[in-house]
Amino acid sequence: MTESTNTAISVAGLDKSFGPTKALDHLDLTVRTGEVHGFLGPNGAGKSTAIRVLLGLLRADAGTATVLGGNPWRDAVALHRRLAYVPGDVSLWPNLTGGEVIDLFARLRGGFDRRRRDELCERFDLDPKKKGRTYSKGNRQKVAIVAALASDVELLILDEPTAGLDPLMETIFADCIREAKHAGRTVLLSSHILAQVEALCDRVSIIRLGHIVESGSLSELRHLTRTTVMAETARPADGLADIGGVHDIDYTNGRVHFDVDGEHLDTVVGYLHSLGIRSLVSQPPTLEQLFMRHYGEDLAQATNGSTK
Amino acid sequence: MTTATTTPRAAPSVAAGGDLAGTGTLIRFILRRDRVRLPVWIAALLFGTVATANSFQTLYANVADRQAAAQTMNSPAGLAMTGPSHYLQDYNFGSMMSHQMLGFMGIMVGLMSVLLVVRHSRAEEETGRAELIRATVVGRHAHMTAALVVVAAANVVLALLIALGLGGLGVEGITWDGSLLYGAAHAMMGLVFAGVAAVTVQITEHSRGAAGLGLAAVGIAYVLRASGDVGNEAASWLSPIGWAQRTWAYVDNRWWPLLLGVALAAVLVAVGFQLSTRRDVGAGLRQTRPGKAAASDRLTHPLGLALRLHRGLLIGFGVAMVLLGASYGSILGDAESMLGNIDVLNDAIADIGGVSVAESFASMIMVIMAILASVYVVMASLRARSEETAGRAEPLLATPLSRVRWLGSHLTVVLAGSVLMVLLAGLGFGISGASSMGDGSFLPKLLGASLAYVPALWVCAGVAVALFGLLPRLAALAWIVPIYGFIVGYLGQILQFPEWLNNVSPFGHIPQLPADELRLTPLVILTVLAAALIAAGMAGFRERGVNDA
Repeated sequence: MTESTNTAISVAGLDKSFGPTKALDHLDLTVRTGEVHGFLGPNGAGKSTAIRVLLGLLRADAGTATVLGGNPWRDAVALHRRLAYVPGDVSLWPNLTGGEVIDLFARLRGGFDRRRRDELCERFDLDPKKKGRTYSKGNRQKVAIVAALASDVELLILDEPTAGLDPLMETIFADCIREAKHAGRTVLLSSHILAQVEALCDRVSIIRLGHIVESGSLSELRHLTRTTVMAETARPADGLADIGGVHDIDYTNGRVHFDVDGEHLDTVVGYLHSLGIRSLVSQPPTLEQLFMRHYGEDLAQATNGSTK
Repeated sequence: MTTATTTPRAAPSVAAGGDLAGTGTLIRFILRRDRVRLPVWIAALLFGTVATANSFQTLYANVADRQAAAQTMNSPAGLAMTGPSHYLQDYNFGSMMSHQMLGFMGIMVGLMSVLLVVRHSRAEEETGRAELIRATVVGRHAHMTAALVVVAAANVVLALLIALGLGGLGVEGITWDGSLLYGAAHAMMGLVFAGVAAVTVQITEHSRGAAGLGLAAVGIAYVLRASGDVGNEAASWLSPIGWAQRTWAYVDNRWWPLLLGVALAAVLVAVGFQLSTRRDVGAGLRQTRPGKAAASDRLTHPLGLALRLHRGLLIGFGVAMVLLGASYGSILGDAESMLGNIDVLNDAIADIGGVSVAESFASMIMVIMAILASVYVVMASLRARSEETAGRAEPLLATPLSRVRWLGSHLTVVLAGSVLMVLLAGLGFGISGASSMGDGSFLPKLLGASLAYVPALWVCAGVAVALFGLLPRLAALAWIVPIYGFIVGYLGQILQFPEWLNNVSPFGHIPQLPADELRLTPLVILTVLAAALIAAGMAGFRERGVNDA
């Protein structure tokens, strides 16, 4: 049973179609126990479908999924005692107050700490006396977040939980996720906000068209991407194009601006040094670039395809 | 007075024209949205009317047949279901149409007008779409005006088509004069109920509530005319359906009762506009107050939650059932004395097999009330489906709440609610019936009679749950059971449908107490059928995905 103690979620070869549309296409995903795992992808990539399979709300067409050592479809009720879920689009009962909904979910899950619940309401500045229909989108989202965080569970499955939250609330949410990690909880955080994932997650899986295209720790992923460099040298750096792994070279006002693949950074800096560096600015690769590279290419392919 | 009076400059014409700005565009928008719905409503009502007129020719081919029909109609039950006895004096095809169809069609045009007005006013506000439109160059009253104009036009078109359709049949007794008035009576009823809806949409924030109030008004209008046609005629004069019937279309052809309806419609519309200026967009007349900060212990139990979600429907429908039962009960005494006054022969016919007139009348009313209760059953059963599609089932099912317990909690409320609905109808009917008859034994009799319908209601719930579990996207087909039950149980009694049609409806198998003898076998079989349907639905729901499109 070492697998189930080290791995909170393990998914292999998951397929799911809705009629003619393939929502999940041989999806593989591993979330280790105790980590905050970013689940990154644009709208419609299959994040929510994957999460709904993990919750036993949908049955996959093919493949295996294990959550906390159990089968999400067969052992749904037992597993749900140990996890909490925040949907991306929270819809509340119009005539129930936010406080009532929070209590309902917390008590259905079993563990319920009233002090913690009140403290969370205060931190998120949520008025629990208002009726469901009078909440704004952000406040509905807060109701679901407070309900999930107030329960004493091992695994938090959060589907774009901060959609509609203001930046202040997003910061508080980030604090709560760090606290959850310290408390030893595992978090699966689906998002399309890269800064949030970069700030919070230990490891990231990027999903595209129902398939994981990239998965690993942030530093592992950064190796796959490019550093942006801007340099001013004593002698013109016109030999840059001959070095492998250098892209998008642009000379303006005696400065050179380019991107370089992670593994060629050392060679490039050595070359610039030989020319006499006057100034050098390098920007680390962001997840955004990585993301744009995957989806940018996708976009280019799609447009090329359509013009043919 | 030396103060110079400055003549107040007339406000820019925005005030007058501005309130209605954009109405024309909105009318076209409504027509575009309902380009299928409106023609279907009108065609269905037109077709039903013409088909009925045609069927009369075969059902009552000669004068003797029509005289016989008039005889059977001239009973309290017959009059309560159709219209006033004035039509029976010369029972030709024309007067048959007015007598048997105007009341029923009043319900139908009421349904159409209320649902359409709510759909284009309150429902738009509730979803927030009205806000989007109001933010453009659209006046304060434009939405309501556009909705009313379209609905009024639909009613007028329906009236003209009915007049043309019937007049053109060339059937003996169905004159052009009468047909025009008969059609116009439909338009009048439709206008009144559109006016009613114009008021109810101001009162409540929810389109479901607004439609419910509007339809309750249609029901009250129908029951008032029923009690007036059997007992004291004054009651019929309180109902727009009663006014329509008192035009004596095809008999005396008097137009003036229609003026009452037009006046009432105008007053209602004016009240609606007035009320609309006293509230915000999206709000009702009453402000929402803050609720409890924490849930009670009962609410956090699945059954407690289900009960809370069903509470409004339970209370609203429960009150309606008591009132409906009580109003039919109040004419039970009239029914008995009315037949007593006719001749010995009639009495003998009605009393065959030791069943009193009041008892056979009561059994027939009971069927109708049970079918109305089944409307509650289907509405409540489909709640599970609307919870699912609204995305409110998913987070609940992501807690340790199993699917069987979740669906079971809704179902428990529905099954218990079914008993409650017929019990309340029976109680209202029994208490007011016993007092109008001056015979206390009617209370237990009518209560027992109402409870006999519980298995049929459970079958309705079973059909809805089975569809929900196995074919969730077709769950709304569960409405077929009450609609079919109504057509066969109500129109079938008037139009004399063959027996087997009645046997397909679960209501057709219930012994019609107190006139019939109590037979337990059909009740047991229906209960078993309901249980099987529920089990199939539960099993289906356990195996399918939630919101698995």
